[in-house]
Amino acid sequence: MNFALEASHLPLTGKRLRQEASRDDLVKLGFMAVIGLYLIVALAAPLFVMLSKSLSTYRFELAAFEFQVSDETGANWGPVVSAAELNRELGAVADTELSTNSDGRLAATKFFPEFKFRSPVHYRIRGTTDDAAFLVGSTREKGTAWREYDSGTFRRVVLRPASSLGFENFRTYFSTPALAQSIHNSVLMAAISTVVTISIAFALAYGLTRSCMPLKGLFRGILTIPILVPSLLPGIALVYLFGNQGVFKDWLMGYSIYGPIGIVIGSVFFTLPHAFLIILTALSIADARHYEAAASLKASKWRTFTTVTVPGARYGIVSAAFVVFTLVITDFGLPKVIGGQYGMLAVDIYKQVIGQQNFEMGAVVSVILLVPAVLAFAVDRRMQRRQVALLSARAVPYVPKRNARMDTLCFAFAGLVSLFILGMIAMCQIAAIVKFWPYDLALTAKNFAFDLMDGGGWAAYANSIRLALLTALFGSVVVFAGAYMVEKADGFRFGRSIFHFLAMMPMAVPGMVLGLAYIFFFNNPANPLHPIYGTMTILVVCTVTHFYTVAHLTALTALKQMDPEFESVAASLKQPFHRLFFRVTVPVCLPAILDIAIYLFVNAMTTVSAVVFLYATGTKLASVAVLNMDDAGDIAPAAAMGMMIFYTNIAAKLIHALIARGLLARTQAWR
Amino acid sequence: MNRRVLFMLAGAVSAVLPAIAFAETQLTVYTAIEAVDLDRYKATFEKAHPDIKINWVRDSTGVMTAKLLAEKDNPQADVVWGLAATSLLLLKAEGMLEPYQPKGVEDLDKKFVDNDTPPGWVGMDAYVAALCYNTVEGERLGLKAPTSWEDLTKPEYKGHIVMPNPASSGTGFLNVSGWMQLWGEEKAWAYMDKLHENISAYTHSGSKPCKMAGAGEAVIGVSFEFPGAKAKSAGAPIDIIFPSEGSGWEAEATAIIAGTPNLEAAETLVDWSITKEANEMYNVGYAVVAYPGVAKAVEHLPSDISSKMIDNDFEWAANSRTAILKEWQKRYDAKSEPKS
Repeated sequence: MNFALEASHLPLTGKRLRQEASRDDLVKLGFMAVIGLYLIVALAAPLFVMLSKSLSTYRFELAAFEFQVSDETGANWGPVVSAAELNRELGAVADTELSTNSDGRLAATKFFPEFKFRSPVHYRIRGTTDDAAFLVGSTREKGTAWREYDSGTFRRVVLRPASSLGFENFRTYFSTPALAQSIHNSVLMAAISTVVTISIAFALAYGLTRSCMPLKGLFRGILTIPILVPSLLPGIALVYLFGNQGVFKDWLMGYSIYGPIGIVIGSVFFTLPHAFLIILTALSIADARHYEAAASLKASKWRTFTTVTVPGARYGIVSAAFVVFTLVITDFGLPKVIGGQYGMLAVDIYKQVIGQQNFEMGAVVSVILLVPAVLAFAVDRRMQRRQVALLSARAVPYVPKRNARMDTLCFAFAGLVSLFILGMIAMCQIAAIVKFWPYDLALTAKNFAFDLMDGGGWAAYANSIRLALLTALFGSVVVFAGAYMVEKADGFRFGRSIFHFLAMMPMAVPGMVLGLAYIFFFNNPANPLHPIYGTMTILVVCTVTHFYTVAHLTALTALKQMDPEFESVAASLKQPFHRLFFRVTVPVCLPAILDIAIYLFVNAMTTVSAVVFLYATGTKLASVAVLNMDDAGDIAPAAAMGMMIFYTNIAAKLIHALIARGLLARTQAWR
Repeated sequence: MNRRVLFMLAGAVSAVLPAIAFAETQLTVYTAIEAVDLDRYKATFEKAHPDIKINWVRDSTGVMTAKLLAEKDNPQADVVWGLAATSLLLLKAEGMLEPYQPKGVEDLDKKFVDNDTPPGWVGMDAYVAALCYNTVEGERLGLKAPTSWEDLTKPEYKGHIVMPNPASSGTGFLNVSGWMQLWGEEKAWAYMDKLHENISAYTHSGSKPCKMAGAGEAVIGVSFEFPGAKAKSAGAPIDIIFPSEGSGWEAEATAIIAGTPNLEAAETLVDWSITKEANEMYNVGYAVVAYPGVAKAVEHLPSDISSKMIDNDFEWAANSRTAILKEWQKRYDAKSEPKS
């Protein structure tokens, strides 16, 4: 600040000097507000509503009910007593039994030990508040008026609980052994799967970057296949491979595939590509000079590996580990298909909400499920911040040298893993076209007659494609615009960092939690956005939000590669930012935008957990149909629908590659 | 000139007339009826009442019930046609059902009608607990087919029985509530303690145990008769067994959602849903229907299923549900918990 200019003794006239927000900046600010609002409405607000749902408890308020009992003639009434007083005398209901769920019922006869069915005694009951409700049979009565019943009817009177706020649900959760066990199970499964997946992924990535094994491109392609199928599919494949009628049942030596073994194998299958791609990127940016230095210091192979290779990829490994951990702990499809009786958090949510209509407990499990995911996410962020650029301008790309033993080993391992992946997919394909496994192995197409199955017919498949296309289109626009605002807008530092935080959040939110939060938020008639409930719109919004983070990071990376000078030059040439945006930024970032679009497409095709609560009859999805068909025991049609998703994603990938090549030839000539 | 006006008038009238005659009402109908049956039910009803159009919203019983309860403050449905009676009782307890005495309800078997007047729901058909027994796997393992619930606790069946989890499946709960009504709570819990030793898995869906038995994944599936008959037609080597003690059962039923703007059309649908014609339609898949004397035997199922059905008290089941499930989860839900 220039004090001289502002000194009061100087006759200062005219405007104070200050940087003026240009029209561009206002437009940018407006954009950012719109997309920020989107993230608040689609993410922050629903999660907040869910949190408050988990705190909504139900309790029998005994003081709210009063009784009066007649004598044997049924004409003379005794004194008015409240249920609370009676309970103090009798101790009929323990205090812990008073807290219940929204469907709790407490028989009124509990307070009358001398109660006899078919006695001439009459009973009166009333509430002391307007909200006190009780049932006669299943008919609801409410209010402070006395109601009189003969003993036969009074037997059917049950009290209903009143709702309040508190931590009671969490207490109930932790005191239910089967439920609390799920926390332990989920963490254990996620930890084991992480170790196994990361080991395999690292070995594969190492082979691909540090050896001269043949068919690298082919392996790369095969190793990413699991991304293209819903996580239910490995579960189904495992049933056919290792179930009680499985082809390789004997390999399990008497252990059951339904449970931890199945969960781990399936989790490794569907998380492998994610870990593999991250570690591959980390290992690809090796600096050959480090290896030369190690060689000239006569370091052993092992020492080079532990002091150069592993530290170089350290952050990639940590990052991949957290991605795998989060994916496993939040996944719902796989444990539901193959988990057997092994309780997992994500399945518990489903069981509470769909099985028992206990929404509050579903919200409690959701909140608990958020904890490890948020922790993993926070640690990962910290690690990322410490990541320093490994690849300086003077780095020399590493080129692996031939080594027959090493190359063969890597090739054999990659071949083995590829065989495992292809085997799982092939098993599903076989299951989908066999008439009645294992008793009638004739081939048939009847498993593709989805319209005759419960759970969603071909219309569901069409819906899935519609959802995937809309998600890819709408999502790419929102995500890229959002990332652009974060990266390129100058000023509004505070708003930008909040925005960035919101954009990073979806990674830590399990799909099932997001879906449940959407019910609570959007199905509230008081919400002006209520009309989108049950439409395709809510599915698109949910899917875009669910997969926002990775897409956001991709866009950010692409934008960071663009020199900020472009903005300065455009500004000095008095070009409005939209011209720069559409003429330069978008074309330059086109490969990244296409990657975001295909990422969103593929994930929208396979997503289950986020949308399982949100679809309506007109918007059934193929992935949900896989779940429902498997649930009803129609495993072969479920496999068939899963394969349809797989083939669609393959086709989408091919189209993506073609478009990318065509467009890039036109827009990327400058590269 | 006159002729032209007349002609135009006639054209206008003929264009407007059908619109008046068929001033159609659209009914949003929530259902858990099997997908295969939906079109047939809709077509048959709309043929009888061309002025009313049905828009189905279909899902499994659990999802449908959760959806209806979630929409409690802002109901989207006009009618629920084909949902478990116990689910409808949950809605009734929330004051969500419009009591209605349909025409001809006195013709129905009493156990298919809500015992309030006017009734909150009226039944269509029943599904009855049954065992699916895989004959091929049974023979291979040298097992004998069970004939009673008691048989299931024999040590030889250890690890060969699959049953739906009552906490996530309506069929699972109808079994548990059935045993309790048959034997009393104490004996039923003692029975389940023993049965639990033989169970290899509790499934989330009620029809899955039968399909698992059909596919040889289990030898015995505790399920209900309908998926059994279906699996058998598809070629599954199973026998459908009704245990000698009697079977728990559940009614599929119809009810009007309170506050519907289309009350008249909703009543028309409910009236029709209990007619003889409608019951004949249900009988295509279901062996037991609410209208006495209509039911003909269904392929692969015995003709006397209704005699196996226990005296079911839906109201008791609905009111005891929370407590029973709490106890059930405490006892059995952590089956895979490592014993240390």
